[in-house]
Amino acid sequence: MTSAPLKGSDRVTVGPLADGTGTAKSVRPSRPRRRGRGRSAPYWFLTPTLVLFAAFTVVPIGYAIWLSLHKVQVKGIGLGKGAREQVWNGFGNYTDVLHDSEFGHSVLRAFGYGLIVIPTMLGLALLFALMLDTPKARSAPFTRLMIFLPYAVPGIIAALMWGFLYLPAVSPFYYLLDKFGLPQPDLFDGGNLYLSFANIAVWGGTGFNMIVIYTALRAIPPDIYEAARIDGASNFKIALRIKIPIVMPSLVLTFFFSVIATLQVFTEPMALKPLTNSLPSTWSPLMAIYDSAFLKSDIYGASATAVVLALATYLVSFTLLRVSDRYTREDRA
Amino acid sequence: MSINRRQISRRSILAGAAALGLTSTLAACGGSDDEDSGESSGPVKLTYWSWAPNMEKVAAIWNKKNPDITVTVSKQGSGAEILTKVITAKKAGNAPDLIQAEYQSLPTLVSNDVLADISKYVGDAKGEFAAGLWDMVTLGTDAVYGVPQDSGPLMFYYREDLFKEHGLSVPKTWTEFAETARAAKKALPDAYLTTFSSNDPGLFAGLTQQAGAKWWTVDGDGKWTVGIDDAASQKVAEFWGGLVQEGVIDNQPMYTPAWNNALNTGTHIGWVSAVWAPGVLVSAAPKTEGKWRMAPLPQWKAGDNVTGSWGGSSTGVSTDSKNAEAAAKFAHWINTDPQALAALVKEVGIYPAATSGQSGDVLTTPAFFPNQKDFYTTAAEIAATTATAAWGPNVQTAYTAFNDGFGKATKAKKEAQFTSALSTMQSKTFDDMKEQGFEVTEA
Repeated sequence: MTSAPLKGSDRVTVGPLADGTGTAKSVRPSRPRRRGRGRSAPYWFLTPTLVLFAAFTVVPIGYAIWLSLHKVQVKGIGLGKGAREQVWNGFGNYTDVLHDSEFGHSVLRAFGYGLIVIPTMLGLALLFALMLDTPKARSAPFTRLMIFLPYAVPGIIAALMWGFLYLPAVSPFYYLLDKFGLPQPDLFDGGNLYLSFANIAVWGGTGFNMIVIYTALRAIPPDIYEAARIDGASNFKIALRIKIPIVMPSLVLTFFFSVIATLQVFTEPMALKPLTNSLPSTWSPLMAIYDSAFLKSDIYGASATAVVLALATYLVSFTLLRVSDRYTREDRA
Repeated sequence: MSINRRQISRRSILAGAAALGLTSTLAACGGSDDEDSGESSGPVKLTYWSWAPNMEKVAAIWNKKNPDITVTVSKQGSGAEILTKVITAKKAGNAPDLIQAEYQSLPTLVSNDVLADISKYVGDAKGEFAAGLWDMVTLGTDAVYGVPQDSGPLMFYYREDLFKEHGLSVPKTWTEFAETARAAKKALPDAYLTTFSSNDPGLFAGLTQQAGAKWWTVDGDGKWTVGIDDAASQKVAEFWGGLVQEGVIDNQPMYTPAWNNALNTGTHIGWVSAVWAPGVLVSAAPKTEGKWRMAPLPQWKAGDNVTGSWGGSSTGVSTDSKNAEAAAKFAHWINTDPQALAALVKEVGIYPAATSGQSGDVLTTPAFFPNQKDFYTTAAEIAATTATAAWGPNVQTAYTAFNDGFGKATKAKKEAQFTSALSTMQSKTFDDMKEQGFEVTEA
């Protein structure tokens, strides 16, 4: 997803550049001078992007790192002017983060949540994509839209809506369970909590991942299938032996995005927290950061935690990319 | 949540940040304009950050009367949101002139040097407020960091119809409250008298204030004492923990759709709340209009007469304000002038802190309580008995510890966990202050 729109926007910046060379044709004779000017041209076109990138990405990240190396020192009673002083703290905040068992637990919780979400979501997305891609699929555009639709619901609204459905006192499901005398599980309790969150994520995310995989499937030239059929392969075999291996890069991509999203889970637990006693304020890593930055006003500790989380995400992503890269290379060989 | 949604939200946050950056630059420009023209010529321009609805209508009255001092209200989020934002604005050197500040945020704001001492401008307003309220804006020092605006004295609300129907008595003491809870459970097996919410530390704090707790105190030498785990608070935690364990008090959090439903359908037949409860009940339990009644909070000792508070805020002047005197004048006016108080009651819907605002014909019987004509007379009597709350510079840390600790305890329904949650709250608050560098001891 990231790479696709980025490419798109690159093309937009390339557009005027192409026009520029178009007009250049008419003034060819003065070529040497133009070449000198032309060399700096790309940088001019890049400037808006670079300036915005610097202002809204590089500088804030740099500031966060700078903050993470400081802390506030209160003096005495700590009231009024000069009561607080920002002092150098070295890696103090970082050692605090790494020794903070609450943050450690929040990371473990996120992984536990990811273990449920990722296989289910990608499994369903792949299944739906393959089913839609079979020649027998009827009203495929409509079905595709229906599966995709939940993705269009903003995360916070989805979480609130599911929250209502999870609360026994207001949920129609519990009403039915009660009517039929069936057991009524507490969806906010212990392990069920993970399933409840996972359900929201799967509901919202499957459609998008399905589209990514489905698009890859549509790009496969149909003559491969013809060849397979002539060789006597069934639809199931075609899916298993041809389609899945070919869309593997898309699967890797969606997996990769899902892992990052898992580490950054925030909306669902945050929206459901007020509804229950079971959710600690540091349930997920981002909630722990939110808690220290915006409730405890400790932006220094929060910055350190954010940097640690960013590095960890980078490390996980990098490892995953290396592994998948090796995998595809071996495949080719 | 899939990554792409995260991407989009990150993008919108970026866009928001860009917009914020722009507005703050614009605000900064506005600020420097003021600097040039403010004192010498033209009207003084003040900005007022407030989360209360319709506050701009009250400011409009002032602006009409005082053409030389113009107040512009800027709507903010409440609670921790405005707190973080104001502290950040102060760091950037452009905090607004006037700030609506909850009582429990005052020490945090003063500690971050956000609020100015305005004692020389409003010191003589002391007599217009109940002593308990005034002490909250002085933090027990000679300084004055704000003018009290509204207060939230705790009261006991109950379903008059159901109490009558099932022969339940209105509790005067907490012992009677426990008995009523048991009797209610017996009479209505599906219902509870009320719930203990782990999401509302403010209510618990108010209940401990009534019992005499002082969570944060400052002594003459400038040393803080954290006393969250004191005998009074322990008594309150044990009391509610016992009732939850016994199963006669519900354990679900307040302000959820399920809780609204419980109030609306009569599975909660009482509520320990503050003077602003009618406004909440209107939207949470619209079917129960005219069925509730308010009584004083049950007491720990028969014959006592004291209550705690839940909520309430003051108007402070920031240290960044170039027109502190004008700002203080407005802060005094909006919270004590009869016309302003009337507008605050009518437009903003608050219960005024000023004693003069608590009587008179401005406060008419709440529409939701047509059966209790003397609602505000009783409320004023109760408000006069409000115990002083003792707040410290890291209330949010204590509140988060409350949410987490009492969340587990209410879920487990174990009294022992209620008391251990209280001591965790104490140690987390104390450790946090110590780490920040405050001079602090434990009670």
